[in-house]
Amino acid sequence: MENEKLSLPNYNIPEDIQNVVAITTLDRLYNWGRRSSVWPLMFGLACCAIEMIAAQTARYDMARFGMEVMRPTPRQADMMLVSGTVTKKMLPAIIRLYNQMPEPKYVVAMGACASSGGPFKEGYNVVAGIDKFLPVDVYIPGCPPTPQALIAGMIKLQEKIDKQSIKTVRWYDKNKADSNYVPMPILGPDLIDVRRNAEYKKAAATQTTQESA
Amino acid sequence: MAAPASTQTVDLIARFPGMVTADTRPGFTGFIVNKENLLEVAVAIRDEFGYDLLTAVTGVDYLAENKMEVVYHAFKTTGGAGLIFRVQVERVDPIEVPSLTGIWPGADFQEREAWDLLGIKFTGHPDLRRILMWEGYEGHPLRKDWKEAFYEEEVKPFKSRWPDGQHIYSEFKNPFRDNLNFPKDFDPEKYEPENEKDLYASLENHTLKGEGGLKTDQIVVNMGPHHPSTHGVLRVAVTLEGETIMGLKPVMGYLHRNHDKIGERNTYLQTIPYTDRLDYFNSMSNNFGYVTTVEKLMNIPVAERAEYIRVIMAELSRIQNHLIFIGMLMNDLGTMYTPSLYVFEERELILDIFEAVSGARMMCNYYRFGGVVRDIPDDILQRIKDLVVERIPAKTDEMERFLNDNEILVGRLKGVHLINAEDAIKYSITGPVLRAAGVPYDLRRADPYSIYDRFDFDVAVRYNGDMMDNYLIRFDEIRQSLRIIEQALKQIPQGPINSQKPAYQVRVPAGEAYGRIESPKGELAFYVVSNGKPNPYRYHVRPASFVNLTAIEHICRGAKIQDFVALLAMLDIVMGELDR
Ligand code: SF4
Repeated sequence: MENEKLSLPNYNIPEDIQNVVAITTLDRLYNWGRRSSVWPLMFGLACCAIEMIAAQTARYDMARFGMEVMRPTPRQADMMLVSGTVTKKMLPAIIRLYNQMPEPKYVVAMGACASSGGPFKEGYNVVAGIDKFLPVDVYIPGCPPTPQALIAGMIKLQEKIDKQSIKTVRWYDKNKADSNYVPMPILGPDLIDVRRNAEYKKAAATQTTQESA
Repeated sequence: MAAPASTQTVDLIARFPGMVTADTRPGFTGFIVNKENLLEVAVAIRDEFGYDLLTAVTGVDYLAENKMEVVYHAFKTTGGAGLIFRVQVERVDPIEVPSLTGIWPGADFQEREAWDLLGIKFTGHPDLRRILMWEGYEGHPLRKDWKEAFYEEEVKPFKSRWPDGQHIYSEFKNPFRDNLNFPKDFDPEKYEPENEKDLYASLENHTLKGEGGLKTDQIVVNMGPHHPSTHGVLRVAVTLEGETIMGLKPVMGYLHRNHDKIGERNTYLQTIPYTDRLDYFNSMSNNFGYVTTVEKLMNIPVAERAEYIRVIMAELSRIQNHLIFIGMLMNDLGTMYTPSLYVFEERELILDIFEAVSGARMMCNYYRFGGVVRDIPDDILQRIKDLVVERIPAKTDEMERFLNDNEILVGRLKGVHLINAEDAIKYSITGPVLRAAGVPYDLRRADPYSIYDRFDFDVAVRYNGDMMDNYLIRFDEIRQSLRIIEQALKQIPQGPINSQKPAYQVRVPAGEAYGRIESPKGELAFYVVSNGKPNPYRYHVRPASFVNLTAIEHICRGAKIQDFVALLAMLDIVMGELDR
């Protein structure tokens, strides 16, 4: 694969030292390192998690692409694979895990539920897509996505990593430092996203009938 | 099809004159018990009439009649039809019904669920807290006058989608621009969350006290909801003294996807794919349970060939479920990954068959009322035959040979007590766990449904009730399932695969039905109330995992924390079904 070659093509390295010397840019080296070891957080939410496990077993073997080392602790993970329905009750835990992950970090929404609420969108305890809270890098459609689809999604993530530059990614940007932290939602009469408090207050004041019993 | 459960064989009315009346609504059976006499009658039902297994407790909100009803389904562990009894109360808060936890501790979680979702207060319940939603949540969602934030219409198909075809994002219609619903004049800044005071208070109340002697501190540990070995998003709060578990409370609902509420909006047909997602390892069995229940209500026959296909698929599903169980158990015991890689290899072969017949690996959506959706071509039948005659038996033997005598496995499992028969029945446990405790209760024999009475197989049963037996019984069950499939493959006739014409809308007469099947995890039952409309009036799932988990506190108290994960694994829970 082209982008797995570390050396820049425009430098002519003599053949006998090609295995020893590489001339490249920092970005490329950095991206190459990260894209080849995307460690997911060991974390399953619902049905999709079972396909995630299947993708790791012998038949599909995600390890071929450098992303098999599931870390049980968020502190060692690079990527959060949101594999299943995000419920309101579970959301604070997910946000907490995300906040504990060190940067650079990526979020992959696996399946219809994580992308948009999926078949359960109308449910009263369901968050219609994790992207309402976390910045999602790759969406994988399907219910559940097959292991092949999951691997394809992961390769898309690698492609995305390849295109990033250390100069522009948000986690090294001083002005955007707080964008990596997502405030914890609160479980109240319903899910409270504290970033939208004022909005809720206004809408609640104009609420004419109290619909809930 | 199983004969409709006849409950009139027991004459409760003669035994309790004036306290019990027969339910005479068309399509309903069973007895209505006066609220005041419920406890007395329940004791008699258990002790005098021998209905020792209370499988389901649920509520129904009859808004139009201004009544709230609690329905109980009791069965005998010796087999046979069940007894339905119910209590009806005025629908004015507080709605109070005596709790049956004193008589059947297995009613515990189910009563909490009815409180959470329907707002029925069970007086005398030792620990009545919300169970699926969190404490502080507004309203009781399954009440008929409660509307969710994305509420569109009472029933599907929503007019905006069909026939109008003018869909607007639900977010735009809601004042909070999201799936949210706050009471009037709610101020989020002043809100103080409850912070699980209730949970910890209840944990403290239900904790064993140390026996004097060495004075040690008790510490509270939270495991989950993100815990790799809890088989999903289950959380438990444990009180430990040293390494001994003194108290334990499971916290669930992290995957509560509102199955019941969505099921009541859906048409009957639309719910089939949702049942796939209950116990996501066994979509075939879930389909089976649901269609059996609705067929009972509709009173239609099932095409002969389809019956066989159904049985073959359900048993294949059981095999792969038990294989995964074994693999996951090994993970939990510490043999990270290797055995589970092997079981997944076999599972893939079974999933291939599912994919070939239904088009999907996991979410099969394969059964229909009156039959199945597609026929099985002969070459697939041949593939199934190769699998069950050659491959899987050989692999099962191999697995047993490699694993069963492993010193660590024997050390961890043998003699570690799980539950005995008496307690298992009290706690309404069903499935392999009950059978490993020595109760030969398998619905395929005890209350045969579909065509299981035509096959020659044994009910797997073991007697020690320890972890080893619970582990070995899964192998026994795999072998029995293989036997059933082999016979089914021999007997399967040619013919149509559905007794009905394909239809989007099925006609379901008014009434109620409680259909149950032996899912790989235990008794999976559906309780459906129809009022003759295209959508069920009440749709309730009685999942095996949820009810089996009721006993976890009983099982784990006094055990070592190291064994906890293995003990939990033995109950073979799956969160999709547990939280629905
Ligand atoms: S997308 Fe489908 S398979 Fe995945 S979690 Fe949601 S319902 Fe389950």
